Amino acid sequence: MAVVTIAKALNNALRAALEHDPRVLLMGEDIGKLGGVFRITDGLQKDFGDDRVIDTPLAESGIIGTAVGLAMRGYRPVCEIQFDGFVYPAFDQIVTQVAKHHARSAGRTSMAMVIRIPFGGGIGAVEHHSESPEAYFAHTAGLRVVSPSNPLDAFVMLQQAIACDDPVVFMEPKRRYWDKGEIPEDLVAAVDAHSRGDLFRARVVRPGRDLTLACYGPTVRTCLEAATVAEGEGRELEVIDLRSLSPLDFETVYSSVRRTGRLVVVHEAPVFLGLGSELAARVTERCFYSLEAPVLRVGGFHAPYPPSRLEDDYLPDLDRVLDGVDRSFAT
Amino acid sequence: MTVPKGATRREVRVAVDGGPDLVQLLTPEGERVTHPDYDIELSADELRVLYRDLVLVRRVDVEATALQRQGELGLWPPLQGQEAAQVGSGRALRPTDFAFPTYREHGVAWCRGVDPLNLLSLYRGITNGGWDPDASHLGLYTIVIGDQCLHAVGYAMGIQRDGTDDAVIVYFGDGATSQGDVNESFVFASVFNTPVVFFCQNNQWAISEPLERQTRIPLYRRASGFGFPGIRVDGNDVLAVLAVTRAALQAARDGEGPTLVEAFTYRMGAHTTSDDPTRYRVEADLEAWKLKDPIERVKSYLARSGMADSAYFATVEEESEALAVRLRRECRALADPSVSSMFDHVYAEPHPLIEEEREATLTYLASFTHHEGGPERLSGTSTPPTAPVEAF
Repeated sequence: MAVVTIAKALNNALRAALEHDPRVLLMGEDIGKLGGVFRITDGLQKDFGDDRVIDTPLAESGIIGTAVGLAMRGYRPVCEIQFDGFVYPAFDQIVTQVAKHHARSAGRTSMAMVIRIPFGGGIGAVEHHSESPEAYFAHTAGLRVVSPSNPLDAFVMLQQAIACDDPVVFMEPKRRYWDKGEIPEDLVAAVDAHSRGDLFRARVVRPGRDLTLACYGPTVRTCLEAATVAEGEGRELEVIDLRSLSPLDFETVYSSVRRTGRLVVVHEAPVFLGLGSELAARVTERCFYSLEAPVLRVGGFHAPYPPSRLEDDYLPDLDRVLDGVDRSFAT
Repeated sequence: MTVPKGATRREVRVAVDGGPDLVQLLTPEGERVTHPDYDIELSADELRVLYRDLVLVRRVDVEATALQRQGELGLWPPLQGQEAAQVGSGRALRPTDFAFPTYREHGVAWCRGVDPLNLLSLYRGITNGGWDPDASHLGLYTIVIGDQCLHAVGYAMGIQRDGTDDAVIVYFGDGATSQGDVNESFVFASVFNTPVVFFCQNNQWAISEPLERQTRIPLYRRASGFGFPGIRVDGNDVLAVLAVTRAALQAARDGEGPTLVEAFTYRMGAHTTSDDPTRYRVEADLEAWKLKDPIERVKSYLARSGMADSAYFATVEEESEALAVRLRRECRALADPSVSSMFDHVYAEPHPLIEEEREATLTYLASFTHHEGGPERLSGTSTPPTAPVEAF
C-alpha cells in the first residue's frame, strides 16, 4: 500500500496512461516545466518530452479545438483547463464539436479525449477559481462527466476515462487535492484490465438505513463527516458517492432510497437545475411509494460564487448537510 | 447622433479590384499572364479537367438551389462565383492531405471525391454529416463559424507527430476572420509551425455584412501579425489559385509552417436560400463581378488557344445535365432516417440513458399503430422544413 494524495494519484495515472498508450498526449497551460498550477503534471514533460506534454498558448478554445483535430488524427488528448471558471472560452468547442462529432460522423470519428477541470471552492481564491460548472456538461448529450472523491478513484478513474472512446469531462475536487488515501502498489498493472463500466457506477461508501445522502467530488468527505455526527445522534445515514454525473447511476440511488425512504442530494453547484434536480425528479418518478419525505437538495445558491471571505456560508458544510437531514426527518 | 437633413444612407460598395498584390495567371478575358513568384505549367488535358470540374460544380449548385425552391431541400448555401477558388485549391491537394470545410465547400467536396448526393442529403435533413472523413480526407461540414480552423491545426499537429509530409487546408470566409477561434488557430499554427494552409474565401459578404465591417486592412495582411506569410490571389482564376495553393502546401510539407491564402472573390448568389441579398447590396457590384466569371475565362482561354473546341464544350455540357438529372432523381428518392437512428452514435460506448430513451420512444410510437381502437397520432411526421430559417 502506498499512501498518496489525490494530486499525486492523478499524476501517477497520467504517467501510467502516457506509458501505456503512445497516442495519449497532455495539453494545457503551464503543464510542462511548472507541472501545472496544482502540479498534477509534475515531471511528466521531463520524462515524456514536449511533443507529448504540450505547453499550449494561453487560449482555452484553442486547446480544445486543436484537441478535436488531434482526436480526428487518432490521438487521445488529455486537456487541462487551469480552473473551472476558465472553461467557458472553450464551451463552444466542447458543446458543438467535441460532444457532437461522433454522432455527426455516424460513429466514424472518435472523439476520445479527456478534459480535466479542477472544480469547486474552499481554497480562498479570487473570482472564477471556485466554480462548479458540471451540470452544463452533464446536460450535453455526447459528453460523459465523472468526478473522483478520493486518491484510489482518482488514480483508477482517470486512466479509465483516458481509455474511454467517448469524450470525458473529468471534474477534479481541487480543495481535496491534498487529501490522502491508500493505493495498492500493484494496481498500475491492474488498471488496464479494469472494466470501464465501473467508471460510470456510483458506490455506497457508507451503508445506513435511515436516509440516503447522494454526493460527489468534494462533498463526499463532507457527507461522510455528517454521517459520523448523525450516528452519534442515533441516525444511520447511507452515503452514495455518485462518481459519474453522466451517465448517472440511478439504479444505485433507487435501490438505496427504496430502503431508506429519504434522499438528500448535496453538491457545491447551485441547486437550481443542478444534478440534484434531476435526481429528485427521477427518484420521485421511480421511488414514489417508497418516499417518506420529499427529496431535498443542499448546495450552492443562485448567486455568483461569493468573495472568499463568504465562501464558508456558500458551500454546503457539515451543518448545512445535517440541517438538510433534519428537514427530511421533520416531514 | 444627429443626422443632417437630407442625408442619405451611404451606399455600400464592395471592392471589385483586388489591388496590386493580387496574384493572377488568367485575366477575366481569358488571357494567360505570368507572375514572377507563381507560375504553373499545365497540359491541355489538365486544363480541360479543371474546366470540367468548374462546370460540373456549378451545375450541382444550380440543381441544388432548384431542389430547395421546390421543397426537396430545407436549405442550400450556393457557391456560385466561388467555383475557381474551390476547384483550384481542391485540386492542389494530394490524396493524403486533409481538407476542413465550412458548409459551402461543394467544389472542394467534389475534388475530394465526395458524391454531391451526400451534400444534398445533409441539406435535405437526412444526416448531419454524410461522408467518411477518413476515407475522403475531407472533414465534415462545420456550421459554427470558424471552429474548423482549430481542428485543422490540431490535425496538422498530429501530422507533425506522425512524421509524414502531408498537409492540411482549412476553408473559412471573410466573416470568420473576426472569430476568436480563427485567430487562436493562427496563433497555435504559428507557434507550433504546423503544416496548414489557411484558405480564406473572401467573397465580400458575411450574410449581409460587407467586408468593411470585419476588417480595416486587407485580410491577407493579417498573417504578418501572426508571423507567417499571407497572399492574395484572384479567387476567380483557377490557375492562380492552383499555383498559389500548391506553393503554400509545399511550404507546409517543407516545414515552413502555415500560410494564409486570401482568395479574392465574390458570392454571386444569396448567403443561403433563406437570404435576400437585394436588401443589402447593389446590382452594379454584381454586374462588375459577372465580368470576372471564373468559368468563362477558362473557356475563352481553352477555345482561343485551340486546346478545346465546341464539341468538347458540348460534351461537358451534356455530362453536367446528366449529373443534374441523376442527382435530382436520387435526392428525391432519399429515404428519411428511422426514428431510432437519432439515438445511434451519440456515444461510442454503451450509455444507459440513450437506451432507455430509445426504447421508450419506440414503445410510444408503436402505441399509435398496433392497437385496434388505439389513439390516432395528430402531430406531424418528419418532413423537410420549408419555412425560411433566418440565420444559417
